[in-house]
Amino acid sequence: MKSGPSSSSRPGDVVSDQFPAGLRVLVVDDDPTCLRILEKMLKNCLYQVTTCNRAEVALALLRENKNGYDIVISDVHMPDMDGFKLLEHVGLEMDLPVIMMSADDSKNVVMKGVTHGACDYLIKPVRMEALKNIWQHVVRKKKHDWKDKDVEQSGSVEDGEHQQKPSEDIENSSSANGGSWRSSKKRRDDDEESEDREDTSTLKKPRVVWSAELHQQFVAAVNELGIDKAVPKKILEMMNVPGLTRENVASHLQKYRLYLRRLSGVSGHQSGLNNSFMTSPEAAFRSMSSLSGLDLHSLAASGQLPPQSLATLQAAVFSRPATTSAISMPVSDQHLLSFEPPKSRSVNGQQEACNNGKQISLLQGSLTNMEPKQLANMHSVQQPFWGMNGSSQVNPSNSQFMQISQLHSRGQLLNQTSDSQVPRIQSTNGQTLLSNNIPRVWTPKGVDRSTASGHVSQGSSMVGFSMKQSSEFPGTSFPLLSDSGMSTLSSKPLSQGELNSEIKDSRNFHPVNELRLNQTSGWSPHNIRSTFHGSQHLAFQGAKDASHSVFSPQDISSTPSSGLLNGPLNKGFFSLGGGQNNSSSMGPVNPLLADTSRRVKSESLTIPGCQSNMFSKSFSHDDDLMSSLLEQQDDVIPVDTEFGIDGYS
Amino acid sequence: MEVVQLQRSFLEYTSSLFQEGFLDAQFSQLQQLQDESNPQFVMEVVTLFFEDTERLLNDLTTALDQSNVDFKKVDAHVHQLKGSSSSIGAQRVTNVCIPFRNTCEEQNIQGCLRCLQLVKQEYFLVKNKLEALFRLEQQIVAAGGVIPMVE
Repeated sequence: MKSGPSSSSRPGDVVSDQFPAGLRVLVVDDDPTCLRILEKMLKNCLYQVTTCNRAEVALALLRENKNGYDIVISDVHMPDMDGFKLLEHVGLEMDLPVIMMSADDSKNVVMKGVTHGACDYLIKPVRMEALKNIWQHVVRKKKHDWKDKDVEQSGSVEDGEHQQKPSEDIENSSSANGGSWRSSKKRRDDDEESEDREDTSTLKKPRVVWSAELHQQFVAAVNELGIDKAVPKKILEMMNVPGLTRENVASHLQKYRLYLRRLSGVSGHQSGLNNSFMTSPEAAFRSMSSLSGLDLHSLAASGQLPPQSLATLQAAVFSRPATTSAISMPVSDQHLLSFEPPKSRSVNGQQEACNNGKQISLLQGSLTNMEPKQLANMHSVQQPFWGMNGSSQVNPSNSQFMQISQLHSRGQLLNQTSDSQVPRIQSTNGQTLLSNNIPRVWTPKGVDRSTASGHVSQGSSMVGFSMKQSSEFPGTSFPLLSDSGMSTLSSKPLSQGELNSEIKDSRNFHPVNELRLNQTSGWSPHNIRSTFHGSQHLAFQGAKDASHSVFSPQDISSTPSSGLLNGPLNKGFFSLGGGQNNSSSMGPVNPLLADTSRRVKSESLTIPGCQSNMFSKSFSHDDDLMSSLLEQQDDVIPVDTEFGIDGYS
Repeated sequence: MEVVQLQRSFLEYTSSLFQEGFLDAQFSQLQQLQDESNPQFVMEVVTLFFEDTERLLNDLTTALDQSNVDFKKVDAHVHQLKGSSSSIGAQRVTNVCIPFRNTCEEQNIQGCLRCLQLVKQEYFLVKNKLEALFRLEQQIVAAGGVIPMVE
C-alpha cells in the first residue's frame, strides 16, 4: 500500500505503516464479558473502539455519526434486536462492512449471516488473530465500491492513487489506505466532469446515507421502471435527487436486491415452501405454474399483493418478452413484493412481512417456474445439463439465465443493462459457494469449458463456507429456499454442468437435489455426510433416551436439515452415533445407523476418521455418558470450537 | 524466597487448571491481553463473568421453575452462557452448555434440570479455582514479585 495523502491527521510517510491502526470499530454485544474482552482485543490491535450493548444504541450512534465508523462487529443474538436486522440496517443505511459474531456456529446461522450480507462471521470465543484482520473487510469494501465506479468509467484505477487530494474523508478515515482509496474515489468524482460522466454527480462523493425518504424514492423509481428496466441511470433520473450519483444508486440497488432475495428466502423458509421445492422438478413446475395464474389474483384480492406488484406480476406472467427481461422478472417481482425497507414504509404499504413473504414465496415459485416457459422462447431448457458431470455446454441462452444470478449478485452486478451478458454466477441458490471458488470460470464470453471442468475440483476442495469470500461474492441471495434448504444445496461442489443447470433453474433446486442424491461420483465427502446427517438426525430424534440425546452434537439437533457437515463435526456425529449404537437401549436408532453405514459404503466414500470414531467412544449407558462428560479432560481435544462439539470430536 | 515459591505455586496451579480442563486457550489469550496499561484486566473480565453468570443461572432456575417452561428463553440464556464462558475460557462450563441446548431444543425438562445442575456445579468449581488463582496473584504482588506468564 503506498502512502496516502499527507494531509490527513497522520504524518504522510508513516500513514501506510499505521494502517490498520486507528480503524474505527463499533462493537455491539449484549454480553458484558464478551464486550469487554473484544474491546480490549481491539484496542490491542490499535483500533479505535466504541462499544455498546444494545443494537438500538448502536444504530443511533451510527446514524448520528455517519462517517464515524469503519466497521461494525455485532453479536447475532441480542435481546432488543436481532443481529441480522441490525446488519441489514447498517448495510442499507450506512453501507459499512459488518461482521457477525456468535457462539452459535450452526450452519444455518452462519448462512444467514452470509445471506444478510455480513462480510464475515466469527465464532465465539473470538481470538485476537481473528480480530487483527478485520481491516481487510474495510479495504475490500472500499475497493469494491470503487471498482463499481471504475466499471462505469473508462478511467483507470491507478490514476487515483497518485493524487494527493486531501479530503475531509481522509480525516474521517482512520486508515491511510482507506484514506487513499477514498481520496482516489473522491478525486475521480471530482474529475468526472473532465471525464464526461453521464450522471449528475459533480459533487464530492461523501458516503450517501439512504434515509427512509430517499429509499422510498428509490423504491418508487424502481417499481415504476420495473426491475428489468431498473438500471441505476434511469433510477437516478427518476429520483432526481441532486447530489446523488449513479454509483450510489447502483450500489444501493445491489443491496436492495440482495435484501429482497434474502427476505424471500427467509420467508420461503418460514412458509415451509422450501420443502415443496424439494420435490421433483416437473411436479413442482406444474403445481407452481398453476399457482401463478390463480394466486396472483387471489393475492391481490386479499390485499397481500399491492396492486402495482400485481400489475407487474401479471405483466411478467402474461406478457413476457422473450429476452432477458423475462428472466429478470422473478427478481423484480420479489423485489416488489417482498421488500420492506427497514425504515421506510414502502410503497407497498405496511404489509406484514411474514405474510408477504409467504405469498411471495408462492409467487416466486410460480414466477420462477415460469421461466421454463420463457425459456422455450429462448434457446430451450438444457435438460441435459441436469445430471451432467463436468460436461459444460454453455449456450448463449445460458448467459441469459445467468443474468438472473447476476441480478442477485451484489458484488458483480454493476450494469443493469439488459444486454449485459456477463454470466457471473456468484449468486443465488447454493451456487454461491461454488462461485466463490469459480470466480473466473464465468467470463463474459460464457463458460470456458476447459476451465469449467478444471474448476470442479476447485469447488470440491472448498470445505464449508468460505466466509471471507462472502464479501467478494456477496450475491448470496436465496430466493426460494430457506437457510437450511440452501445449505444442503450449497454444500455441494457441483460440476460445471450442474452449475449451469442451477443457474438456469434459479427458481428452485429440485434438479439439484435430485442430482445430489443420484450422483455418487465427483462428490466430496461433504455431500455424503449431509445425506447421512439427515438420516442420522432422524436417528437421534428417534432416540427415546433423553440422556443419549443430551449428548448429541449440538449442531445436529439444531440444524435439522443442514447439509454440510465439516470434518470434525461429522466425526463427532459419528462417534456419538457409534456410542448409541453400542447402547442396548437405542433400539430404534440402530437400524437407522446401520442404514447410514450402508449408505456410507454405497456411496463409495471412505470417511475413515469418522468411521473409526464411530466406535471409538462407547457410551454404554447414561451414567457413562454423564461421567464421560465430567471426565472431559481426557476427551477434551484442543477445542475446535468452530464445530461446536467441544470435547466430542 | 517467598516470592519465588509463590510464583512457582502460581504456575503449577495454573497448569493444573489447564490440564484438568477448567481453563482453556482462551484464558491464555486473556492473560496475554493483560498489560501494564491494564494490569487487572483478567480479574476484571472474570469478575464480569461471575456476575453475569450468576444472573444467568438465576434466570435459568426461574425459567425452569415455571409450570409452563419457555424453552426458547431457556435456550437463549444457555446460549449466552455458552458465549461468555467460552470467551473467558471456562471450558467445562461451556461444555455443559452444549447438551443443555439440546435438551432445550427437545423441550426435555428433566434433561434441562439435570444440565442446569451440572452447569452450576461446573461454574462454582471454576469460580473457586479462579478465585484461588487471583489470591495467589495478589500474594505474589504483595510480596513484591511479578506474576509469571504461563506457557
